[in-house]
Amino acid sequence: MSTVAAISTPLSEGGIAVIRISGDKAFSVAEKVFRPVSSDKKISEMKGYTCAFGKIFMGDEEIDEGVLTVFRAPKSYTGEDVIEISCHGGVFVAKKVLSATIKAGCEIAAAGEFTKRAFLNGKLSLTEAESVIDIISAGGEQARKAAVSAKEGALYKRISYVKDKILKILGELSAWVDYPEEDIMELTPEELSSALCNIHEELLSLSKTYDNGRVLRNGIDTAIVGRANVGKSTLMNRFLGFDRSIVTDIEGTTRDIVEETAMVGDILLKLSDTAGIRETGDVVESIGVERSIKKLSEADLVLAVFDSSEKLSDEDEKIIEKLEGKKVIPIINKCEKGNEIDIEKIENVLGKSVSISAKTGEGIDNLEKKISEIFSFGTIDYSSGMIANERQKNCVDKALLSISEAVSLVESGETFDALTVVLDEALSAVLELSGERVTEAVVDEVFSHFCVGK
Amino acid sequence: MNYEMENYDIAIVGAGHAGVEAALAAARLGCKTALFTISLDTIANMPCNPSIGGTAKGHLVREIDALGGEMGRAADACFIQSRMLNAGKGPAVHSLRVQADRMKYHAYMKKICEDTPLLDIKQAEITEVRAENGRVTEVVTKLGAVYKVCAVVLATGTYLRGLIHIGETSYESGADNVIAPVRLTESLKALGLPMRRFKTGTPARVHKRSINFEILEKQEGDSNIQPFSFETNREGLENKVSCYIAYTNDETHKVILENLHRSPLYSGKIEGVGPRYCPSIEDKIVRFSEKPRHQLFIEPMGLDTDEYYLQGMSSSLPEDVQLKFLRTIKGLENVEIMRPAYAIEYDCVDPLAMRHTLEMKAVKGLFGAGQFNGTSGYEEAAAQGLIAGINAVKLIKGEEMITLDRASSYIGTLIDDLVTKGCSDPYRMMTSRSEYRLVLRQDNADERLTEIGHEIGLISDERYEEFLKKEEMIKDELYRVTKTTIRPSEELNELLVSRGTSPITTGVRLSDLIRRPQMFYADFAPFDKKREDLPYEIKEQVELKIKYDGYIAKQNEQIEQMRKLEKKALPEDLDYSQIRGLRLEAIEKLNKVKPHSVAQAGRISGVSPADISVLLVWLSGR
Repeated sequence: MSTVAAISTPLSEGGIAVIRISGDKAFSVAEKVFRPVSSDKKISEMKGYTCAFGKIFMGDEEIDEGVLTVFRAPKSYTGEDVIEISCHGGVFVAKKVLSATIKAGCEIAAAGEFTKRAFLNGKLSLTEAESVIDIISAGGEQARKAAVSAKEGALYKRISYVKDKILKILGELSAWVDYPEEDIMELTPEELSSALCNIHEELLSLSKTYDNGRVLRNGIDTAIVGRANVGKSTLMNRFLGFDRSIVTDIEGTTRDIVEETAMVGDILLKLSDTAGIRETGDVVESIGVERSIKKLSEADLVLAVFDSSEKLSDEDEKIIEKLEGKKVIPIINKCEKGNEIDIEKIENVLGKSVSISAKTGEGIDNLEKKISEIFSFGTIDYSSGMIANERQKNCVDKALLSISEAVSLVESGETFDALTVVLDEALSAVLELSGERVTEAVVDEVFSHFCVGK
Repeated sequence: MNYEMENYDIAIVGAGHAGVEAALAAARLGCKTALFTISLDTIANMPCNPSIGGTAKGHLVREIDALGGEMGRAADACFIQSRMLNAGKGPAVHSLRVQADRMKYHAYMKKICEDTPLLDIKQAEITEVRAENGRVTEVVTKLGAVYKVCAVVLATGTYLRGLIHIGETSYESGADNVIAPVRLTESLKALGLPMRRFKTGTPARVHKRSINFEILEKQEGDSNIQPFSFETNREGLENKVSCYIAYTNDETHKVILENLHRSPLYSGKIEGVGPRYCPSIEDKIVRFSEKPRHQLFIEPMGLDTDEYYLQGMSSSLPEDVQLKFLRTIKGLENVEIMRPAYAIEYDCVDPLAMRHTLEMKAVKGLFGAGQFNGTSGYEEAAAQGLIAGINAVKLIKGEEMITLDRASSYIGTLIDDLVTKGCSDPYRMMTSRSEYRLVLRQDNADERLTEIGHEIGLISDERYEEFLKKEEMIKDELYRVTKTTIRPSEELNELLVSRGTSPITTGVRLSDLIRRPQMFYADFAPFDKKREDLPYEIKEQVELKIKYDGYIAKQNEQIEQMRKLEKKALPEDLDYSQIRGLRLEAIEKLNKVKPHSVAQAGRISGVSPADISVLLVWLSGR
């Protein structure tokens, strides 16, 4: 049986999340995504029921740290080799870790898959098994419903577009191969390459929609930064409509990151009000400052707040320096209090600013407009079709991989019989999304588009 | 008045390409066999194109040969032109095709049947198949002769209730004006077989002297001829004729379009479903109106006749229209039709009624093969005939019947498609129908199937020994090639660069050099000092095994997965509505097909992966 992985904790915000990997290749997958801190520790040599602390990688990119627990067959839930990776909670991180395991060779576990395996490996009784069937068939039903609704949707149309393109190439190659006596035009390597690259691009953009989709679903990670006491918390409360952060005139009142979500126009912002960034002797506050800096590097959008009534300080300039090249909206706050600040200097580095008064609400609508512009959500086409879940993304990525292979096959001058087999794989990955089967599809394509036969 | 005749183990109904293979296999395996045909003069007749092989079909012929069937040897003995199609498109799709001498092929097969011990050929029309307690017992001829039998293979081709259409005229007949049996269908329906009606067609035959060959494009056979049979000696094989190519033009299309109303296809007179792979010329012109011309091949029917076949021009238009449109074609201005083109409708069975063994689920001992099963083509027919004949013997001997899986052969793929997906039009084999096509090549059919043929008993010990020797030689040379290092030299690098691949600077393993798409095993002969002079087949296999190593490994992995699920058998009497958790659509489809394994269930359209999980859980819970 193949090796499968899934997030085993509920898909919601929480302290930790667990990704479970089960199957023959569990250890080799784990070694690709997890590096124990004690470098002499080899996962494949770890005993059952033992743990290791380490870092989690997607390729060479470190994505989180966590704890890995080993269960050796048959002493595991499924009866197979099982690895569980506990990482930081939150849907995003957990999904990223799951993606890493898939890149490393796992397949996405189907609904009830672990339990099914447990049963097949004799770990469950028959009565328990019956409830498994319910889970699986419910999963199947869910998938069916999802497929049906997808059929009318934009995603289905986009996938159909890719499918038709692959099918067209396969149809042409098959007609050319199966009917050598007919005068069917031969595809040139150039035509093939360009068609394949086109498909590759479309799949890539489809694959990327998963991350855009995440932004849409989970909100835009937005960090509010600025030196202490420029009115960050007031701005946040302005967005939220109530007092969430402690707002005082004393510098350093916000000692930790405060997170909230707020709807700004059509857009969901995941706001983090960070502690002011300044040199501090206060231990608690200095931790806050450190976190603020980290938060900055992770955010999708930064709202940099400056005090209109004061000249740019060293601290302000440091912040401007740090923010160069990020998605930033410079905000000139406290516009009601006067205009001492050198706006030009800010705009030179960070782009056009917005003047507001967080306190009175003046200019907030301009800010909202600006946010919409940056994310061009005004023009985002919700009906353009997006990948909704990991399973779909898995299919698209599989197709992507096969198409890349096809491209290099054509480049290296390999014969077309090998090419068709790789394209079959790509097509079957795409068809998995719509539940059709490859060989019939190709045969139908040949007969409907080519005038062949004796 | 009925009267009793002698008993037979097996009766074969029909002596076309399916019937002949079934009969020969049955008799050679020791069963007393009767081969019934309406006319002794049409045994192994080719009522359409006198050609054997072609894409995917050539694969089938090689596989038939590796299992011990006759078609490959017969084609080698009777061909008049031979070509390897798709050379240059990759070894997986190379396909051998020969033009055969139609009369000679018939005579060859008839004589082989006559010379086979235990095989009796009888000119008679079977009008009834009888069964008792769900098991076949007797066949009855039109004259009233009753033969007691243990098994029957139905191989009635396009003859059963055959109805020929030419323009406004229709008449009951089989191909080449052989009598069409009309009564058998009722008897089969009474046995519970789901019968249906299909349609096919054939072009006109014309006289050689009326063709202006001077202005036609000539198509020669290969100079290096490869035989179908792994037994046939390559020496002395030669082409005896050429084929020719001509094209339709605007005028041809105009004549056809103006007369469409006189075609039975367009007037709605034909109810049978025609094959998509073999459209009539009127179909092609209507459906692909943007094509300015269609190609046709002008091919001789044999050495002792002046009849020529017009491949690509099948039609059911009236005879006068046929003559008119043919004469618009350059080179055919004065053409004389000897036999007009026609469409033919015939009765056949829905193949979902069969198991992979080709035995009918409804009647023990009753098998189907060939066009009766909804396929088209001589090669598809022969492949099924061979399997049906072997399994009829297995049934009688009380041995386990054979089934070939999709990964073993095109024959297995063909049968699995038929009994799993059914067919809505006559089924033609194509390379794109096999997901394992890089492994199922025509060049390695012997490697895939000789062992099975030997076990069945149709491959002699002697031939099997030869086969093992060949395998040994391939293995040795493969080993040598992977252990041989080729040193860089000016000459070698010049060659590499001239082919557009990079030169080498250090010693490189010979196998790695052969793996380059631009290079071939033979290229390295001057640099590979220890190379022995090996037979063509050995060199071919070594080269392919190296070049396709990666893909073959990949496909073998998929095959292994499939075979695991293939081993999970599902009982045939299973009522899927009783299994908790299956979706309605899946229940309906599974109950119709009654798959023999979980793998087959997974190939039924409408059965989802979740349904397969349910089946797996259900199976292990039993």
